[in-house]
Amino acid sequence: MLKKIYHRVWDWVDDRTGLPKMIGKTARHLVPPDAKWWYVFGSATLCALMIQVITGVALAFSYIPSASEAYSTLHFISDQAPFGHFLRGLHYYGASAMVLMVGLHMAQVFLAGSYKFPRELNWATGVLLLGFTLVMGFTGQLLRGDQNAVWTVVVAAEQAGRTPFIGQWLAHFILGGDTVGGATFTRFFAIHVFIMPGFIFAFVGLHLWLVLRHGISEPPKAGKPVDPKTYGAEYKELIEKKGKPFWPDSAWRDVVFCVVMIVVIAALALFSGAPQLGKPPDPSITTASPRPDWYLMWYFAVLALMPHGTEQYFLVFGPLIVGIILIALPFVFNRGERSPWRRPWAIAVVLMTVVMIATLWVAGVKSPWSPNFNAPPLSASVVGATNGPVFLGAQLFHDKGCLNCHLIADDGGRRGPDLTAVADRLSKNQMVLKIANGGVNMPAYAANLTPAEMDALVAFLQTRKSKSP
Amino acid sequence: MKETNAENNSTGCPASTAELSRRKFLARLSLAVGSVGAVIVTVPVVGFLLAPFFERRQEVWRSVGKVESFKIGETTAVQYEDASPLPWAGVTARSAAWLRRVNADTFIAFSINCTHLGCPVRWLAEANLFMCPCHGGVYYQDGTVAAGPPPLPLPRYPVRVKDGDVQIQTAPIPITK
Repeated sequence: MLKKIYHRVWDWVDDRTGLPKMIGKTARHLVPPDAKWWYVFGSATLCALMIQVITGVALAFSYIPSASEAYSTLHFISDQAPFGHFLRGLHYYGASAMVLMVGLHMAQVFLAGSYKFPRELNWATGVLLLGFTLVMGFTGQLLRGDQNAVWTVVVAAEQAGRTPFIGQWLAHFILGGDTVGGATFTRFFAIHVFIMPGFIFAFVGLHLWLVLRHGISEPPKAGKPVDPKTYGAEYKELIEKKGKPFWPDSAWRDVVFCVVMIVVIAALALFSGAPQLGKPPDPSITTASPRPDWYLMWYFAVLALMPHGTEQYFLVFGPLIVGIILIALPFVFNRGERSPWRRPWAIAVVLMTVVMIATLWVAGVKSPWSPNFNAPPLSASVVGATNGPVFLGAQLFHDKGCLNCHLIADDGGRRGPDLTAVADRLSKNQMVLKIANGGVNMPAYAANLTPAEMDALVAFLQTRKSKSP
Repeated sequence: MKETNAENNSTGCPASTAELSRRKFLARLSLAVGSVGAVIVTVPVVGFLLAPFFERRQEVWRSVGKVESFKIGETTAVQYEDASPLPWAGVTARSAAWLRRVNADTFIAFSINCTHLGCPVRWLAEANLFMCPCHGGVYYQDGTVAAGPPPLPLPRYPVRVKDGDVQIQTAPIPITK
């Protein structure tokens, strides 16, 4: 009886909307039989996107996108609202997962040569989606509306300002005016919540449509190159002979992987939590050390390490060239071998990219180029004197800011060379010359030290010898 | 379900010339009228979004303290409000500058924004240096570059003394070209 009603309702809905049959047909489209765990990253990205949409909409219930309120609503969400802290954590680690899965998906598609004929536009739309995802990550960090957000906007505007001709205009656009203020945050809110999601939905739709249109690529076989003349017929034959329905033969792996991902995200959100809020978004507080979230930490390192005078090339042309190369890739190399074992350069490119980003990331986390403003004065045991020129010199080493950039026995900054054993390599005269004249990354102290202070400082540094037996 | 005309076309049945030109006319009419509609909606949207570029902001003088509250030879942080803070700007409407009193009646107001990437530089009073927390840019007390990546000296803001008050003129955040 119930079954009969169920069927009648189902048939009615199908007749009036046509959706159940269409969805069923789409879900059961045939996919290559060997598409296994390597194929889960794309749907995992989609899964992460869904988490972002759901948690983002929920956060919007309590968030006020105004410069004066955003920060306090963030505090309310984090500290008072039931589940608020958990929800923020989900949104943060969901974003992290999305960036990570986009990266893995891209690497997998690249290594398997799946971007080749006829899937050039699958790849190109994917590259755009990567860009949108990074913009979402960047703007999302700003919506926290804390001090870090203020300075991140300023740094972004400064970077945009280096663009030839339209730089000032772009910087003005990013700030929403001449300075950070009331107009700044509402812009980023509109971009994060309306404009970018609009683009993402449109291009995810297109991306999925293309996946259905060209089918999921079969796992590559060495010695079986793609020939645009014959590929279509070969793929059709493979699918008709051996294809399996996507749902459920292949989709179960996507579901399992997605759920594992959700569990990991939830665990991180519960036990590690979303990033702490910084100070209030007051641009007049000068005690700030702006840092991006982890997924842009490597770029933070690029900004620090680019050689002097090349900023314009790194800031503007760098991302532009990377974008053009990525989009052009499938159109230039749309045929030939797909197997990574026959494309050693593909493996090399992925490895180099991973090593490069990882190295820059580690450098970004350590950020040895940032002066250490909190270095306490050197302890008596390190100095080895409690009065006299050596003692005075050690005091000056702290007070004159030397310790902000130089290490002495693991105390101080890492911007400049470690001076723990500097007397091993520099004579007294060499030290005076160096301190008085400075260098590319060191100020000249000639006008900043009296002769007596210079003597004391050098006397202290002359005692910095390695502990030889 | 299917349109009869579509069936006609697919079976190759030719439409009369008059009908064709009528169709062409209707298609063009729809596109033209549609464009007018699109323009009516687009103009205010684009204008609204681009408005900040066309309004020239009136810069104003802001008092940051009495002359005698600044010691000769010292550099201190001063805070003041933006030129035209929006009602909902809250603390984001605040600006800051490093104010140096050179002698009895000369003041210099430095931007707090490093010329490298705009991070807020800090004044190290003992060392007589400005230092940037982001990438280690360093400036001397007169704002010239002492070390690190900054391409230009610290920008200066107009500053004056009026009725015993030190006043700084508001200015856009300096963007290095």
